[in-house]
Amino acid sequence: MLRTFRIGGIHPPENKLSAGKKITALAAPKQVIIPLSQHIGAPAQAVVKKGDPVKAGTLVAKAGGFVSANIHSSVSGKVNKIDSALDASGYKRPAIYIDVEGDEWEETIDRSETLVKECTLTSKEIVDKIAAAGIVGLGGATFPTQVKLMPPPGSKAEIIIINAVECEPYLTSDHSLMMEKGEHILVGVTLLMKAVNVNKAVIGIENNKPDAIAHLTKLAAGYSGIEIMPLKVQYPQGGEKQLIDAVIRRQVKSGALPISAGAVVQNVGTAYAVYEAVQKNKPLFERVVTVTGKAVANPSNFLVRMGTPINMLIEVAGGIPENTGKIIGGGPMMGKALVSAEVPVTKGSSGVLLLTKEESVRKPMQDCIRCAKCVNVCPMGLNPAFLMKFTVYKDWDKAEAGYIQDCIECGSCSYTCPANRPLLDQIRLGKGKVMGIIRARKS
Amino acid sequence: MILIAVISLGAIGAIGAVFLYAASKKFEVYEDPRIAQVQEVLPGANCGGCGYPGCGGFAAACVKADTLDGLLCPVGGAPVMSQVASILGMEAGSAEPMVAVVRCNGTCAARPRVNQYDGVQSCAIASTLYGGETGCSFGCLGYGDCVSVCNFDAIHINPETGLAEVDEEKCTSCGACVKACPKSIIELRKKGPKSRRIFVSCVNKDKGGVAKKACANACIGCGKCAKECPFEAITVENNLAYIDYTKCRLCRKCVAVCPTGAIHELNFPPRKEAAPAVDADKVKPAAAPKPVAPKAEAPEVSATPKTEAPKVETKEETNQK
Repeated sequence: MLRTFRIGGIHPPENKLSAGKKITALAAPKQVIIPLSQHIGAPAQAVVKKGDPVKAGTLVAKAGGFVSANIHSSVSGKVNKIDSALDASGYKRPAIYIDVEGDEWEETIDRSETLVKECTLTSKEIVDKIAAAGIVGLGGATFPTQVKLMPPPGSKAEIIIINAVECEPYLTSDHSLMMEKGEHILVGVTLLMKAVNVNKAVIGIENNKPDAIAHLTKLAAGYSGIEIMPLKVQYPQGGEKQLIDAVIRRQVKSGALPISAGAVVQNVGTAYAVYEAVQKNKPLFERVVTVTGKAVANPSNFLVRMGTPINMLIEVAGGIPENTGKIIGGGPMMGKALVSAEVPVTKGSSGVLLLTKEESVRKPMQDCIRCAKCVNVCPMGLNPAFLMKFTVYKDWDKAEAGYIQDCIECGSCSYTCPANRPLLDQIRLGKGKVMGIIRARKS
Repeated sequence: MILIAVISLGAIGAIGAVFLYAASKKFEVYEDPRIAQVQEVLPGANCGGCGYPGCGGFAAACVKADTLDGLLCPVGGAPVMSQVASILGMEAGSAEPMVAVVRCNGTCAARPRVNQYDGVQSCAIASTLYGGETGCSFGCLGYGDCVSVCNFDAIHINPETGLAEVDEEKCTSCGACVKACPKSIIELRKKGPKSRRIFVSCVNKDKGGVAKKACANACIGCGKCAKECPFEAITVENNLAYIDYTKCRLCRKCVAVCPTGAIHELNFPPRKEAAPAVDADKVKPAAAPKPVAPKAEAPEVSATPKTEAPKVETKEETNQK
């Protein structure tokens, strides 16, 4: 019996159209737009100015606080301007525009393909290198990785859990990365283990990727302390708290960090980025992005430089199909419709999904029939129907008592609702309000 | 039998009555009778526009206060406040009547839709998702969060323009819509003599070229109005002009010079021929407020359009390309 998390969960159609496709490296576009906030936390501060020459890997913006991340140029060329640009948030935010000339990389980056296994650095040095490389959680939450690797005083990490479940339908970027860079990922995992001083790591992979499970299990035999754990396919298993529950059967308390359960969770893509940063001195400036959709001619996995406009990826995958209704940044469950196809790829872009008009239409909302399906599927054990009601009536006390702030915004409730109620939309709004109230109370 | 029942129940009743009387005397909470009187004259809408929790809270605050300065029922306005004052034997605080103003003129015609939103029809939710259906991420979304909070039926979405519009007759300036608007477009402004007002009907902080591309009626932050204003009532910050209604004397010069028509005048009689009027005005204020002006401010204002203007042009060129 395969493990999975114990509360709620759904199993939407997987639609992994681009599974098994090789990762294709895309050439840099003519101009990249590098937003200054590609991560959770304070925006980075630009350290270049108009006209400055940059190479791929040059630091262009440095972390703007403790929870923040460095940002590097993904191309070589000249800084055209620092201006606002529309990004995946749907708003214009500051970004660095770089005109591309040639493809020169910083000399410190090791561009050879050889696998470097040995690492003599101390854990502090590894964390510093990760921070310098601007690595953030590549699963989509984009939380700065170095912050996760520095447990607050009094807490001790016991295990590293690598999130390779890729529970979002359609997306295959992690899957393709595991198939092609399995060995590199395992080295990255050993580095992460060293960084937090643990000797055990578990890579959780959902059972719908048997080839990746077999491949990594074979490779992991050569690494001590790394276990590959196949998991039952269940959304949202990629949620931090859900994955901890699935792998080590521990629950994280409301408001607590995963470290309180002794676990540090990192995405498999992050592990690969850590390998590149520590062993090859390569900052995080490119990532694997899945371009997919039922009407897309060639659903593919691309290795893309940050700042490349999304329409360029779509172009290579066969262009925007005639009856496209929405372009989603990310997967169908947690992704967000994009306002424009010109928004740049950022550290958090795991996929681009093109939905047809029929797929993307919202069905009209009906009255709640109190079937409690949403309560059944909520992976956090909340009552979405009530939380939506509390938000509509602005009853923030009751919403807080109902743990609205624990919502992980997975969208299982909205997905399952037979009355098509926009549960998550309302709960997200209420969550924001309640979090604001809690913050105000603390300060 | 009946007699016993009557006597025993009567006795229980009498004992209870004595006990309740004693208790009510012992635990009596004194409430100023004037609170009830004041509450009587208040409108009873419990809108919270005064800043207190409902009319009861406001009445208690009035009775407790030493003066009525700063206390105003925005719904009842001056007549109600003078009634309150007479009950309490105090002077009514003088407060300028206010009115809600929607600072967006991005009509469907001026502000083309570039995408279509099919989510929950709520401004608060839409604004957490993205900037809106048009190129302007500051403007009115038109899903009517302000309409649903208004207790006085004073604000509506005009289906033709897609914008919220205030019914001045009904608006009590309670401020509920101001709080509800996630884009902070609605502002309470001085109603002005004969309801005459001038305001910048735009909150777009984008650079001129970007703003203009998104909306034909946008303020582009050129600063012409600030230069023209004889009373220094206009400031340009973040590419956006703002008219301070405490300083504005309704001369309407800014309205005439605004290149995009972003500055609105309300309830003014139609203009006569403009040319001589402007000349006459120019002479008058030159003596009065100009020398008092802090020197640092004046060049700043005149500098903005200079640095701004070329940028706007290049922006538009690149956009066209």
